[in-house]
Amino acid sequence: MKVLVAVKRVVDFNVKIRVRSDGSGVDTAGVKMSMNPFDEIAVEEAVRLKETGYVSEIFAVSIGPAQCKDTLRTALAMGADQGIHIETDEDLEPLAIAKILHNMAEKEDPDMFFLGKQAIDDDANQTAQMLAALLNWGQGTFASNIDFVEGGAQVVREIDGGLETIQLNLPCVISTDLRLNEPRYASLPNIMKAKKKPIETIALDDLGLDTAPRLNVLTVEEPVQRKAGQILTSVQDLAEKIKEAV
Amino acid sequence: MRTLVLAEHNNLELNPQTLNTVTCAKALGSVDILVAGQNCGDVATACAEIEGIDTVLIADDENLAHALAEALATLLISLAENYDAILTPATSVGKNVMPRVAAVLDVQQISDICEVVNKDTFKRPIYAGNAIQTVQSRDAKKIITVRTTTFEPASPTGGSAVLQNIDMVGSPQLSAYVSSELSASDRPDLASSSVIVSGGRGLGSVENFALLETLADILGGAIGASRAAVDAGFATNDHQIGQTGKVVAPDLYIAVGISGAIQHLAGMKDSRTIIAINSDPDAPIFKIADYGLVADLFDVLPELAQALKQ
Ligand SMILES: Cc1cc2nc3c(=O)[nH]c(=O)nc-3n(C[C@H](O)[C@H](O)[C@H](O)COP(=O)(O)OP(=O)(O)OC[C@H]3O[C@@H](n4cnc5c(N)ncnc54)[C@H](O)[C@@H]3O)c2cc1C
Ligand SMILES: Nc1ncnc2c1ncn2[C@@H]1O[C@H](COP(=O)(O)O)[C@@H](O)[C@H]1O
Repeated sequence: MKVLVAVKRVVDFNVKIRVRSDGSGVDTAGVKMSMNPFDEIAVEEAVRLKETGYVSEIFAVSIGPAQCKDTLRTALAMGADQGIHIETDEDLEPLAIAKILHNMAEKEDPDMFFLGKQAIDDDANQTAQMLAALLNWGQGTFASNIDFVEGGAQVVREIDGGLETIQLNLPCVISTDLRLNEPRYASLPNIMKAKKKPIETIALDDLGLDTAPRLNVLTVEEPVQRKAGQILTSVQDLAEKIKEAV
Repeated sequence: MRTLVLAEHNNLELNPQTLNTVTCAKALGSVDILVAGQNCGDVATACAEIEGIDTVLIADDENLAHALAEALATLLISLAENYDAILTPATSVGKNVMPRVAAVLDVQQISDICEVVNKDTFKRPIYAGNAIQTVQSRDAKKIITVRTTTFEPASPTGGSAVLQNIDMVGSPQLSAYVSSELSASDRPDLASSSVIVSGGRGLGSVENFALLETLADILGGAIGASRAAVDAGFATNDHQIGQTGKVVAPDLYIAVGISGAIQHLAGMKDSRTIIAINSDPDAPIFKIADYGLVADLFDVLPELAQALKQ
């Protein structure tokens, strides 16, 4: 079985981002970038499935500027076999990313797609579902467990009320939630090995897709900031404040 | 503009987040509601009473019993030509189905809007709420999920909408419901509770986490958790509050043994009053809390329960 994993390069989750004062966006110059944490979970899941023999080949796909190659190297060091870099300096929206991944599916003919449930920069939570729709495949979103059974994949999903198990025909698209697994750190030998694994680079323009933005970003502002309040000195005071607040 | 709101429900009861979504939809134009499910007549009746709804569409079909994205999206797409905008609350159902609808309609969905600026311009949080983006959509149709905490609920009574049955247009059969494990609780729902007592890694164990229940009982509140508490198994996943969990804005949020990582703050910083109990005076939660107590939670909780009972 062949799996395609989509990995996005995002501002590291530990960075406190800065909004540009002119409202034009978020300052990403010189900021630490990493693989989207949910995508690490997606790569890890694919690698574990390869280790258990269920998956035979893992392709990691990243869409974005030249530095996405670093993100792909991380995926390769974790255990992916090949990288595909769709190179562009445009900021693409989830619909455009889904169209590109759809196009990759036509070329690579995977049995499954693994994506993160949400990119921690745009917080859109859309791409996996959109991709599944374009492919007319089933989707297992917010997955916290995946089992393979006769006739397809059983996915446990994290939903508002608890957990839900669904069964999907293959091929399918899966989006990963936090508790699906704990991603490994790539070992030094694997990082070295990853340098020799192939990464194919394709210019976005060569795909001939309509990826023009549909949303015009007018401004990006800082949210209203809360101020630190008062430190109380006794449980009695705390109880008073609680009574006032309810 | 005509808008369609997808009602969130469990076939028996309407999820109140639907009411906040209706308020958001009213800012765009006239509002119809779609109740899709199986044996969901009571929900449809309740929807007809919401103030200001024109028509309640009822799709009652076994393929819709569990709100599977593939089937529900097929239904919504079949209705889309009649509407300029389709909205759902940003719940796990809404997040699951709406991008599917958007992609088929070739629309860029706008997730988690927290303000309607005008008919094609919206505000939404990005980067865990550390920035607010104002976006203008160039798509003719708007596909929107709504951050319900920032809209008032529409009145659940006073309306008299027309009820109209509609047919499911064939189901794709790409997925099937197997089972669910829903957290049973007598406590108020996290999304609508006016008080939330929330615990983090500082609680240390599932047994200790239960200490929060006494406090929640006294205050009639719901129980929340940080990711660390859920990962450690102190609480189930449906308790998680934050960037990738639930977004809440109660009147009172009490954070116990929670450090206040940005991913957690993303889900609760719009609460009216925030109280933090943490033994570390430098914990970032104190930077946004209205009141803080620097102390060992194991000393504080029993004493606090006593003091509140008085
Ligand atoms: C992609 C991604 C998504 C995430 N999404 C979320 C999310 O949705 N929600 C979320 O919450 N987190 C999320 N996180 C995790 C987040 O970054 C933090 O790791 C998490 O919120 C920390 O939880 P915590 O505050 O309970 O634990 P810690 O940070 O370990 O804090 C525990 C606190 O307890 C205090 N404490 C310990 N013992 C006591 C005591 N006896 N008395 C009083 N205080 C005590 C300590 O001083 C400390 O401040 C996400 C992370 C990533 C990478
Ligand atoms: N530029 C990108 N390159 C590769 N994968 C992406 C990209 N953008 C989004 N994705 C995938 O889509 C998921 C969800 O992103 P989003 O819908 O933007 O929240 C991410 O976790 C990735 O798996």
